[in-house]
Amino acid sequence: MKREPLVNAALFLSLPAVALWAVSTDEPFTITLATRTAILALAGVGLNIALGQGGLVSLGHAAFFGLGGYAMGVLASHAQTQTPILEWPVLIEGATSMPLIWLVAMAVSALAALGIGALSLRTSGVYFIMITLAFGQMLYYFAISWPAYGGEDGLSIHLRNSFPGLNTLDPIQFFGLCFVLLCAALLLSARLKRSPFGLALNAARQNPLRVRAVGVRPFSLRLTAFVISGVITGLAGALFADLNRFVSPSMLSWHTSGEIIVFVLLGGVGRLFGPVAGAGLYILLEQLLDGVSDYWQVFLGALLLTVVLIARGGLIGALAGSEVAHD
Amino acid sequence: MTFVLFAEQVLNGLQLGAMLFLMASGLTLVFGVMGLINLAHGSLYMIGAFAAAAVAAATGSFLLALAASLAAAAAAGALVEVSVIRRLYDRDHLDQVLATFALILIFSEGTRWVFGSFPLYLDIPSYLAGPVTLPGGIEYSLYRLTIIAIGAAVALGLYLLITRTRIGVQIRAGESDREMIAALGVNISKLYTIVFAMGAALAGLAGALIGPLQSVQIGMGEPVLILAFVVIVIGGIGSGKGALVASILVGLTDTLGRFLLPIAFGAFMDPSDATAIGSALASMSIYVLMAFVLVVRPTGLYGVAQHEA
Amino acid sequence: MRFKSIAPALVAVALSTAAEAAEDGNGLRVGMITTLSGGGAGLGIDVRDGFMLAIKQSGRSDIEVIVEDDQRKPDVAVQLADKMIQSDKVAVLTGIIWSNLAMAVVPSATAQGKFYLSPNAGPSELAGQGCHPNYFNVAWQNDNLHEAAGAYANDAGFKNSFILAPNYPAGKDALTGYKRFYKGALAGELYTKLGQTDYAAEIAQIRASDADSVFFFLPGGMGISFIKQYADSGVEIPVLGPAFSFDQGILQAVGAAALGVKNTSQWSKDLDNPANKNFVAAFQTEYGRLPSLYASQGYDTANLLLSAASKASVSDADAFRAALEAAEFDSVRGDFSFGPNHHPIQNIYVREVIQEGDVFTNKIIATGLTAHSDAYAAECKM
Repeated sequence: MKREPLVNAALFLSLPAVALWAVSTDEPFTITLATRTAILALAGVGLNIALGQGGLVSLGHAAFFGLGGYAMGVLASHAQTQTPILEWPVLIEGATSMPLIWLVAMAVSALAALGIGALSLRTSGVYFIMITLAFGQMLYYFAISWPAYGGEDGLSIHLRNSFPGLNTLDPIQFFGLCFVLLCAALLLSARLKRSPFGLALNAARQNPLRVRAVGVRPFSLRLTAFVISGVITGLAGALFADLNRFVSPSMLSWHTSGEIIVFVLLGGVGRLFGPVAGAGLYILLEQLLDGVSDYWQVFLGALLLTVVLIARGGLIGALAGSEVAHD
Repeated sequence: MTFVLFAEQVLNGLQLGAMLFLMASGLTLVFGVMGLINLAHGSLYMIGAFAAAAVAAATGSFLLALAASLAAAAAAGALVEVSVIRRLYDRDHLDQVLATFALILIFSEGTRWVFGSFPLYLDIPSYLAGPVTLPGGIEYSLYRLTIIAIGAAVALGLYLLITRTRIGVQIRAGESDREMIAALGVNISKLYTIVFAMGAALAGLAGALIGPLQSVQIGMGEPVLILAFVVIVIGGIGSGKGALVASILVGLTDTLGRFLLPIAFGAFMDPSDATAIGSALASMSIYVLMAFVLVVRPTGLYGVAQHEA
Repeated sequence: MRFKSIAPALVAVALSTAAEAAEDGNGLRVGMITTLSGGGAGLGIDVRDGFMLAIKQSGRSDIEVIVEDDQRKPDVAVQLADKMIQSDKVAVLTGIIWSNLAMAVVPSATAQGKFYLSPNAGPSELAGQGCHPNYFNVAWQNDNLHEAAGAYANDAGFKNSFILAPNYPAGKDALTGYKRFYKGALAGELYTKLGQTDYAAEIAQIRASDADSVFFFLPGGMGISFIKQYADSGVEIPVLGPAFSFDQGILQAVGAAALGVKNTSQWSKDLDNPANKNFVAAFQTEYGRLPSLYASQGYDTANLLLSAASKASVSDADAFRAALEAAEFDSVRGDFSFGPNHHPIQNIYVREVIQEGDVFTNKIIATGLTAHSDAYAAECKM
């Protein structure tokens, strides 16, 4: 276990190091990649709370990722066209301020996670996987066919939203913002894990009967974890949409859910910094393999298979030793 | 809306249900016996369709094409089972999801590598082409009727296989206690390979049967896979009877929803908006059905109550 | 750890050498973002092959084309555009197949002063209020082929059409485009789910209606499914649609079910002009297959670019833009010019699906619309 903190620190610091190095060599695209890594890692950190700590294999986290993105798209596009979102019963205007957009994205994700979670958590195991998948697809089809916000075309906004005191159009400043949020989420995740709530959640994952016996309902523990998880992933979705200045139903598709799981698994399930390592590795592979062959996804698939079958514990497991942190 | 139109839509729902049953029965069998969730089931469907298209193009025989789809999907299934899936039985569902997600990437892009990026051609054989007139003046595609019949025959065949044959006994025993039947001298790994290959063959058959109606192309298995998941969740995972009932239920809900919802909205809205909103909601109808079933029965219609795990 | 920090450095080094190369010479660097993997790969491959054929024929070594796969994902396309603009320092972007990807990439690329030449997608927003001096559409505005189908329906004497399209923006544009020119009544109007592959329910409704014609826009696999199921259902109401479902790439998959279907297109391989004859022959020699509509659009896009590059340097944006506007190249479509919103003014033909030996293909039977522009040009202020 001793090596893991070292590996974590090194992995973690490499992200701002790459970004700063890119600034000094004037490689804005590398900063964009680092930003993308930070945002996808944030989505992974969110999922990891449900998956790693709660043992809830959600194949529908794209729902929250996409809802966060749409919260950004809807607010910003209304602000752009200066039309209110709602005039009755209360007047709701669009917005371009990131903190406000983040709040809305998190609130919307929380509501969705509460609804989906309340229904899905009545089940467990493989039912849970499939139900979360189906809810994700339900939102996906709804977003495609609902005409108001672009349907399949998605929503484009012309300018990145603003943050007080920062110029978010400058790649490195936007990276900094995303990185700080990633740090905050990691801190929250770490605190959560050691809190009484986290311990109870962990116990509920390992032995629900015993938790029930001491008078705690695993259902409410899991629902809380699922909502926290959805909120963080929703925040990542809002940032991702802002990075691209674009949101579309593809953020809601089940491939996105699969990819978020891939980040978590590539890094190492249940490891605090796993999603950071996994998202970094995934983006690196995407950049490297893309040039090798038109059929690069075959190699990606083969690599994933190898990780699942042989290198259990993911990248951090491989670097820090095979002890699994969560068991 | 006339009776004839309504009856035709009900038949369409049954045909979709029959096709979903071919997919869902394999998924649910594999889950029931081995406890495995297989996202790559849709890839086996695609392999069946591609094999059928290739053989039909080479020989011109639809029956040979069907046989080839069964053989190719079963072979691919057995190969994957021996090389990958076998290592996943003792793993948690997360590893299974990931590994089979990886298999989708490999199968999809690998098939594109072999067959190219353009859709393949597969047509309805001349002796099944065109419509027939049913009692009541309903004109209906003979080929779609054939699919309904094949679905019913497979359901009956599976029932007989599970209840009347030696391998059926082993499958049922494997569902309840795998250590025990291994102790009784049944070669459990061979049994698993057979069950997996059988599920794969059914998926391949579904792909080959649907190929002539649709386009044989990369990624064709994914929408069907998700529908099949909805089916087995509604029916109860591991239950063959549940898969049959839920397939028909989902087939009818989807078809009739697409047909009736726009009409219902048209009663009080502008027709253009009504079709847009009606079809937006129709695309969600089966998920609403699923949510409803789960509220009433969390383990599906015929699912066994789970131990909380 | 080592792996993680060194590899991005390698990527970055590779990119920076590429960027330096562009800055040295007076070469023209073009970024092509197109779909090369997944279900829609056939279209992107055709655009790329048509484009590269024209570049090869020109013999110009100072034009460098960087091709990347967008996987048909809007977010990937945006990332690629960022990379090409920021790292590869391209001056011109092209290649996108799908309207939703174009909407994600084009506004921000043109806002950064880059040129974008569209070889396929033509969303209405980019033709109207969202038009931009640096955006040129070499294919069509999305509504064009549907408008021609509507006009042809009048010519053919159809009075009661049943129309259907997927429930997404391009689908709605398609039906709107058809209705803009079609003067008869509607026997029914349906929106289907995007990606739907079973049309039994819709065909039953067509059968039950008293339509005299069916117009559909169902791109890709959806169209293949529809036309096969329609042929099998025994409904014999004549069908018409845009070229997308009857193009060279997919006709072989539809087969005899498509024979006799009328479809509208701005190009056909039997168009009688020297540029087209040369293109069809050269494409077959180079790639061993018949060219598709998409290949013709890729080829025209490259030739437009070449014509501009021979007149002006891209570093002089105004001169380069003027050279593009002049559109002095031999289009495989025959007459071709740009309207005020940088969208084509061209003829749109009606083709019929025929069989030549073993191969299914199209021949022109009529002209649907002559020197046709689009409905949004008036909204474009630039």
